[in-house]
Amino acid sequence: MSEQMTGQVTEPATTAALAPLVIDGVELGSRLIMGTGGAPSLDGLGAALVASGTELTTVAMRRYSPAETGSLFQLLEDQGIRVLPNTAGCFTARDAVLTAELAREALETDWVKLEVIADEHTLLPDAVELVEATEQLVNRGFKVFAYTNDDPVLALRLENLGAVAVMPLGSPIGTGLGILNPHNIELIVSRASVPVVLDAGIGTASDAALAMELGCDAVLLATAVTRAQDPVMMATAFRHAVQAGRLASLAGRIPRREHALASSAMEGRAEFL
Amino acid sequence: MNITLNGKDHPLDADTTLSALVTRLTGRPLAPNGQATDGRKLGVAVARNAAVVPRSQWSATALADGDDVEIVTAVQGG
Repeated sequence: MSEQMTGQVTEPATTAALAPLVIDGVELGSRLIMGTGGAPSLDGLGAALVASGTELTTVAMRRYSPAETGSLFQLLEDQGIRVLPNTAGCFTARDAVLTAELAREALETDWVKLEVIADEHTLLPDAVELVEATEQLVNRGFKVFAYTNDDPVLALRLENLGAVAVMPLGSPIGTGLGILNPHNIELIVSRASVPVVLDAGIGTASDAALAMELGCDAVLLATAVTRAQDPVMMATAFRHAVQAGRLASLAGRIPRREHALASSAMEGRAEFL
Repeated sequence: MNITLNGKDHPLDADTTLSALVTRLTGRPLAPNGQATDGRKLGVAVARNAAVVPRSQWSATALADGDDVEIVTAVQGG
């Protein structure tokens, strides 16, 4: 990680707290995973990716078109950012498995962000197809990052099937509604023994900080940056928010109380007669 | 003969290989192992009749009339 990416957080304790995230034996210096979706131009996307400090980014697989060869693939190669292909747009396990196979062939990675959605209106994962696809992909040697509902039971089942990371949604894709069920996210985190990545629904920096405070290992977002009015500034905000949330999570917050508790001693007060 | 390429009818000389088709579409010459000869990664994958064809087999795969070919690459996506 460069000095610019670590910002001003340099004390030994905080450096330890900012230890890399390890997924499938690979160290990622940043706990912010930035998707590439929604950016109006490749130039703008490149600047936002750099500002975010991300070391892993998602891409979709689509038909090759000679017309649009301002190559995203080349941009990511140039910046040394690892690629996590997704199966966005797949409604069935069959399509997701085939898309993952194509991605592995095209991008030479066995990592895949598995998305199997139920319908275009909600874009919510179809649990049955998701489980089926996870099983098939793990059997074929893929490292599955499973995009899932914020369902603690399903998340654990995906982990038991061999997913290398579970990625519960905060709220539906693209809504920016933040984390609608923090309790479920906490429950998923408390039972998981693979990394938990909060994915989808992030609207602004505080949502990402909350995800980390709830104990998530990383945050994945795309449109919150790429469709912000100033994507580079927002990417910078997220970089700090993820670090701040991680530090707060490890620092141990004070318990919530029903009543006020003075921080100044009552003893030794001056008395005014 | 005719194949379907990325969802569209595509006329093609008989005995065209997948390798030749990929080169024609991408403008990148390929070695027999399917890697681009310019030394950079090609970044595309091919499915023929709903089955992925590894790049190492492109030069040995002759297309047949009526084949359905999908050639994909990475694009922006969450």
